[in-house]
Amino acid sequence: MIARWSFAFLMLGQAALAQGFAGLGTDAEGFSIPTRPAEFDFPADHGPHPTYRIEWWYLTATLTGEDGAEYGVQWTLFRSALAPETGAGWQSPQLWMGHAGLTTADRHFSAERLGRGAIGQAGVTAAPFEAWIDNWHMTSRAPAGADALSALDLFAGGDGFSYDLTLTADGPLVFQGDAGYSVKSAEGQASYYYSQPFYEVTGTLTLPEGPVAVTGTAWLDREWSSQPLSETQDGWDWFSLQFADGSRMMGFGLRDRSGDTYTAATWITPDGTATPYPDGALRLTPLGWAEVAGRRVPVEWRLELPARGVDITTVPLNPQSWMDVSVSYWEGPIRFSGTHEGRGYLEMTGYE
Amino acid sequence: MIRHALSGLIAHWRRHPGQLATLMTGLALATALWSGVQAINAEARSAYDRAAATLGQDQLARLTGAAGGAVEAETYVALRRAGVEVSPVITGVLRLGDQRLRIWGYDPLTIPQAAAPRVTPGDEGQGQIDLAAFLTEPGLLLVAEGTVLNDLPPGFPGLQVSGDVPPGSAFTDIATAGRLLQTSDPTYLLVAPDHSGTLPGDTGLRLEPPRSGEDIGRLTDSFHLNLTAFGLLAFAVGLFIVHGAIGLATEQRRTGIRTLRALGVPLRAVLGALALELAVIAVLAGAAGLILGYLIAGLLMPGVAGTLQGLYGADVPGTLRFSPEWAALAGGMTLAGAAMAGAQAFARIAAMPLLQPAQPRAWAVASGRGMARQGLAALALGLVALAILGLGDGLVAGFAFLAALLLASAIALPVVLSWLLGRISRLSWGVRAEWMLADARQQMPSLSLALMALLLALAANIGVSTMVGSFRVTFIGWLDQRLAAEIYVTTASPAEAEATRRYLEGRAEAVLPNVWAETDLFGRPADIYGIVDHPTYRDHWPLLSATPDVWDAVARGTGALVNEQTARRETLSLGDPLPIAPDVTLPVVGIYSDYGNPNGQAIIALDLFRALYPEVEILRFGLRVPPEQVDAVTAGLREEVGLPVDAVVNQAQVKAFSIGVFERTFQITGALNVLTLAVAGFAIWTSLLTLANMRLPQVAPVWAQGMTRRVLARMELGRAVLLAGLTFLLSVPVGLALAWALLAVVNVEAFGWRLPMRLFPGDWLGLLALALVAALIAAAFPARRLARLGPDRLLRVFANDR
Repeated sequence: MIARWSFAFLMLGQAALAQGFAGLGTDAEGFSIPTRPAEFDFPADHGPHPTYRIEWWYLTATLTGEDGAEYGVQWTLFRSALAPETGAGWQSPQLWMGHAGLTTADRHFSAERLGRGAIGQAGVTAAPFEAWIDNWHMTSRAPAGADALSALDLFAGGDGFSYDLTLTADGPLVFQGDAGYSVKSAEGQASYYYSQPFYEVTGTLTLPEGPVAVTGTAWLDREWSSQPLSETQDGWDWFSLQFADGSRMMGFGLRDRSGDTYTAATWITPDGTATPYPDGALRLTPLGWAEVAGRRVPVEWRLELPARGVDITTVPLNPQSWMDVSVSYWEGPIRFSGTHEGRGYLEMTGYE
Repeated sequence: MIRHALSGLIAHWRRHPGQLATLMTGLALATALWSGVQAINAEARSAYDRAAATLGQDQLARLTGAAGGAVEAETYVALRRAGVEVSPVITGVLRLGDQRLRIWGYDPLTIPQAAAPRVTPGDEGQGQIDLAAFLTEPGLLLVAEGTVLNDLPPGFPGLQVSGDVPPGSAFTDIATAGRLLQTSDPTYLLVAPDHSGTLPGDTGLRLEPPRSGEDIGRLTDSFHLNLTAFGLLAFAVGLFIVHGAIGLATEQRRTGIRTLRALGVPLRAVLGALALELAVIAVLAGAAGLILGYLIAGLLMPGVAGTLQGLYGADVPGTLRFSPEWAALAGGMTLAGAAMAGAQAFARIAAMPLLQPAQPRAWAVASGRGMARQGLAALALGLVALAILGLGDGLVAGFAFLAALLLASAIALPVVLSWLLGRISRLSWGVRAEWMLADARQQMPSLSLALMALLLALAANIGVSTMVGSFRVTFIGWLDQRLAAEIYVTTASPAEAEATRRYLEGRAEAVLPNVWAETDLFGRPADIYGIVDHPTYRDHWPLLSATPDVWDAVARGTGALVNEQTARRETLSLGDPLPIAPDVTLPVVGIYSDYGNPNGQAIIALDLFRALYPEVEILRFGLRVPPEQVDAVTAGLREEVGLPVDAVVNQAQVKAFSIGVFERTFQITGALNVLTLAVAGFAIWTSLLTLANMRLPQVAPVWAQGMTRRVLARMELGRAVLLAGLTFLLSVPVGLALAWALLAVVNVEAFGWRLPMRLFPGDWLGLLALALVAALIAAAFPARRLARLGPDRLLRVFANDR
């Protein structure tokens, strides 16, 4: 979801330093702008695109312990450019932010890291592929000739938690929207957006009471853009779902101040064939609300995609999956039932 | 009832506006000097606190290079990538022409919350910082209010005022700091407070605990105690004036008060009315004093800032902010002071028998018993002073000793003066002189408070100027010894250092490396220097004590020198072990004086130094050059090696700079000296004025016996000069005792060095002249009045004799 991080760097850890970013959402002057048709060049496009304002490597995983307990893990590295250029040494306009989350049925851990690009504290290299900030990293162990993202090692940690996971994809990369050109509003704001939704995961979570061996699945999003939000859009709800037959679905709704919601969805068959659905094909209806960090957040949803016969209800593993970072938001694992059953991940922003 | 009493009493001030003015002026002066000093202290303390809290250095541990040097940027990144939460800081002093700015470059992305500068939102545009502008070229400097930078080069970062920045400093992004200071390596790394992991052991970095603000506070304590002592002294002198004025008013109002009482006004109502009246006067005078104090503090503040910068390297703003607590404290002091000064007068009125004739008493005849009691009190206080000196320890004890000493001298003054006048009058001088001396003795009780004030002011003046003078002479002599090299060179890089050395081959008699490492001695910050074996050191280094083969032992690497501060603090003497590094301990073979340096210091052989601190580059040199070639070598270094102008300085420039710093350091002392003396002069003037009116019954008979008014007036002047002169004579030993205490007790405690005491009799003569002139001016007005007094007034004394 490109829109979700359009003003992620507003805060940068210090509210006082944060101002002066107004207008970031709309003005793309000097920065490159995504164009249609999208053309990708791998492995280079797994690496950073400094002439675009914002970019991320975004991974979510739904996991299960040996005792059947459910967990969710998030690992994200954001890049935000103050200017469409790279620098050397301390002076670089390329800033980096890492978020890590770990959700259990009754607890939610979150952590944040910030850093500068050019000195090597944080960054991404395309070949060999590695994305890192401090000691958090997402490192490729794909064999030569395979896609660099097809096999990854993942580590992050913060106060009271850490995780160390091994990911192996059993499907191809999936291009969202129009072959990777993903439109975000009726006015045409767009991003480059592709995913790797087919990871099998094994690894260890470290919780305050000790290590937990887990297995499960994971989903990686790659997205970059320069004109993320329409001026009147103030939040979004994003879903990634895994169905029992191996199909996947991505869907989001961008909430407009007028009350309209711009939706989009992609249906992904088990072999990786993607079918995009335009605005309006997906219907999102909040069903249940919870008080989270002093806000009212819709944690239960009804999702309808009639074109695929989907009419499901989602419930969170932990309604309090609040990412307590400089730009806070809700992100956690969900379960769904109805016409279909399965697990997935939900992200919600803009609930003030 | 109080209202009637009050209106009856207030009439007095309408008849004696001069007296009211004296009372108000005394209170206002006392308040002004005291509150001014307090304002300065408060401003300086808040500046220390802000400086100590800069980027959380009072709370967070830090990592530096092994010898206190910078940390390589790669090491920082390696630590972060190992999961160690450290945040880099590049700091250094930026010189822009003759302006100087301490740059603090931090990384807003990684700095721990506890250390992040608070940018206080306030006036339009001051609380908001454009992060994009902060992080990208040319960057932003956050500076303290009142920072003025002229002639900024093009491409210089923008300036923005922020309330949290210490004076003389600028906060900025680390990239901007690196660009301005031309370095990419962090000066140090802040360690996050909740960092629980262990630091990698093989980085070769040094972990320093948080630096508490106490360090600078401890250093500057003596300075602020000094100021406070001066302020209290001035306050006390001011209260003498107030006491005199209230006493006079009470004497003159005896009749009125007796009348009021006889009319049925109860004593409580009279006292209540008097207290109310005094309170109103105190509030009004206190307010005036506050304004005056604020002005004085504002005038002195730049000097204080210069002093603190010169002595301790502490940055304090040259301007003053108004604080309500300060005003409340000063106001309270005024009220308390007025109450103290008025207590005696009130007690006298309370004890006044209703029916006793309300005879004004111009003076109390000094009874032998009263004098004896005062002498005993002075003696007791003197013993207390000696006891403090013998038993006490530390700065506060030093000042307590000074206080007891001054008080004892002040109390003893009338006794000693009386005795002296008695002795002098016994020498046969003729009738007139004898009358004058006897008359002076008679006036002692009334004049004694003013004379005590003069004694205190003179003694403080002698004491402080002896201390400063001794310091100056010693300091200049020490500079002459220590700055033995003719030229001092600072290079920017090893390559430049090498080029400098090559150029100097055959041109300089010796090139002496000046190199040091920042480390700890006995757990306190200290510098260790490495030196080569050269006659420059053998002939010139200012050793206080040394073993016979001191320089050989240092050269061999089997001994170390320490500065006096370290030796005193750790009670080291020759032969004691000195732990230089974790596994190197050397015996102390010499102790040298090291004035003006708040830190510990040690000197070892250069070879040993290089073995201990191989990473420290030798970039500074002292050059021994024949005097006639100094200019040629200086020019050559600048033109042929290409060193910048300020990188090559000659001995005279360094000395001039050091002495300039010294002079600025003691500016404030001089200003306070003059102010205290002025207050004392005013005290004498008011006392004489008071006496002039009341003395008519004593003067009239002498006049009636044929002495002209002119002669009487001249004798009036003569007596004032005599008393001032005698007071001056007595103030000399007191002042010298004061100087001794400052040099041998207070300085040792405050700075860690002891200075030899020098005497400056020439200065005393100047001071004597000043005291006599002050007394003359003070006596001139009453004497002139006496000379022009109508004979009828003198005659009326006999007619009205009650």
